[in-house]
Amino acid sequence: MIELHDLRYAWPRAGRDCLAIDALQVSAGETLFLHGPSGCGKSTLLSLLAGVLVPRAGTVSLAGRSWSSMSGAARDAFRADHVGYLFQQFNLLPWLNVTDNVLLGCRFSASRAARATQRSGSPAAQARSLLERVGLDSSLFHRDARELSVGQQQRVAAARALIGAPEVVIADEPTSALDAVLRDGFMDVLLGECRAAGSTLVFVSHDERLARRFDRAASLPELNQALREAAA
Amino acid sequence: MKPLLSLAAASAWNRRGTLSLVALSIALSTLLLLAFDRVRIDVRDNFSQAVSGTDLVVGARTGSVQLMLYAVFHLGGATNNVRMESIEAIAKHRAVDWVVPLSLGDSHRGFPVLGTTKAFFERFRYGDRQALRLEQGSPFSGDLDGLYGTVLGAEVAQRLRYKLGDPIVLSHGSGTLPGSEHADKPFTVVGILAPTGTPVDRTVHISLPALEAIHLDWSAGTPMKGLAIPAEQARKFDLAPKQVTAALVGLKGRAAVFAVQRFVNEYEGEPLMAVLPGVALDELWNVVGVGEKLLLGLSALVALVSLAGLVATVLAGLNERRRELAVLRAVGAGPRDVLVLLASEGLLVTLAGMLLGVLACAALIAGAGPWVQSHYGVALNLGEPSASQGLLLAGVLAAGVLASLIPGLRAYRMSLSDGLSPRS
Repeated sequence: MIELHDLRYAWPRAGRDCLAIDALQVSAGETLFLHGPSGCGKSTLLSLLAGVLVPRAGTVSLAGRSWSSMSGAARDAFRADHVGYLFQQFNLLPWLNVTDNVLLGCRFSASRAARATQRSGSPAAQARSLLERVGLDSSLFHRDARELSVGQQQRVAAARALIGAPEVVIADEPTSALDAVLRDGFMDVLLGECRAAGSTLVFVSHDERLARRFDRAASLPELNQALREAAA
Repeated sequence: MKPLLSLAAASAWNRRGTLSLVALSIALSTLLLLAFDRVRIDVRDNFSQAVSGTDLVVGARTGSVQLMLYAVFHLGGATNNVRMESIEAIAKHRAVDWVVPLSLGDSHRGFPVLGTTKAFFERFRYGDRQALRLEQGSPFSGDLDGLYGTVLGAEVAQRLRYKLGDPIVLSHGSGTLPGSEHADKPFTVVGILAPTGTPVDRTVHISLPALEAIHLDWSAGTPMKGLAIPAEQARKFDLAPKQVTAALVGLKGRAAVFAVQRFVNEYEGEPLMAVLPGVALDELWNVVGVGEKLLLGLSALVALVSLAGLVATVLAGLNERRRELAVLRAVGAGPRDVLVLLASEGLLVTLAGMLLGVLACAALIAGAGPWVQSHYGVALNLGEPSASQGLLLAGVLAAGVLASLIPGLRAYRMSLSDGLSPRS
């Protein structure tokens, strides 16, 4: 589902690469845990996986297509169709209500809206059923997102990433703002829903205790040769 | 495009407090531009409607604009009078069809008093060569029996609630000094004119002999001490006017207009001048035009300032919204969508402000129109927007679009450089 080959990336105006990964594959439906402390290039890697950035050299492909082969607008459309993205926090538009925030996942993608309709009757119906499954009380569905607690917001964000069953869900430390109890509940929901939808999950965190719940775990500092070259 | 617009609307609604202040300032500047334009057009219309069918206006030598202002609009004062012999000499010119002498200076409760002849009601034309029409009564007779008869303009009668037969007392000069009333010689309303939308509406018309009569016992602007001539006795005096303020002249044919004008300008008895009303009105507009342009410029500047406020407000909020932009990018919005989102937010605010301004302008004209008409004699038109108003609105809208593009482009650049990790 995801393939990296000889990836090299440098920020504009930066003298040297900050990311160099020779190979990484994630197969369809697999859940991958990427361990990495801050500053090891994980946000950059996730932006590359989501096609917001394109590599200087090498290829990053998702669902069989290389991001580099697409125009900017095509990458945006492809991302809307195939990728659900979860941030560390501030995942929601504070001025939209909870349901509309979940529906944002379908807003820029006709195919995800169609898939949601196929599974639940309508995107709004799937938004409701996802929100119920991530354990959000139905009294909150029409509240503005800003009124929710951080834990509730992360669950809404998970529902948004999952609506329309995208092939790939990318999560950037989504549990770092949660306490232990909330974190375990959140992980249950996220992993359960990804498996139910058959979505591939790439999950980055510095919290190694989470690794055992995934099909596979990898360490980003070990993958990223740019770090080793810099240290050497 | 539609999902983006509804997002823009929701986002703008979220910051409705700040944005409505911006919209309000745009509304005010729209109101200013529109109201100014309306007044400009209507004043011009009112002015150009004030006199027609008159070939020349004759008065003592002065500026042509001044002559028009006091002879036709009863504004300001004459520097000098014209002797009656001169008027008669002009009337005898073979190209001249008719002459209507005008004598100004007195007032009645703020309305100017015009001494003239019966010919005024037959000869005077306004607007599209329309004649004066009496709504009630008849013109003053002009002879001794009807000496103290007066014909009121429509607005004078309406504002002061006069009807036929009512007695009225004229004041000397503008009537602002105490004891300057011609109380001993009251007039009777004999006629009320139909509305014309010209200065005639606000004028009290009396005959020239009547004007002489009320000033028999006056000298140098005050009643003569120890001399009081009762109203009845005044009829025994010689009431033929010695001098007037100005005169309207009609010709037998337009072709002679410059010949007669030269005849008047070169008249040897006293320094006189004759102006063509159309030419003088144009000249007047050239004078007013400078102030007009200045005011328009200032209004445009006010509009620019409120649009600058819009840009500043949206830009100031942009940094806090980098996270929102990243979320939008993550769900598949392109940098172009981000630009459209921000720009349409500004556009929505501009449109809301403009709509509010148009409504406020209509409300203002509907509400204050009668007051303006009664105080300044300008009938404000609450009609379809004029072409120039359309242009002004289009100008504000275009400036609003450009202004909205500034935060839009900045957000575009931000979302390109930030990607999914805002550096805030």
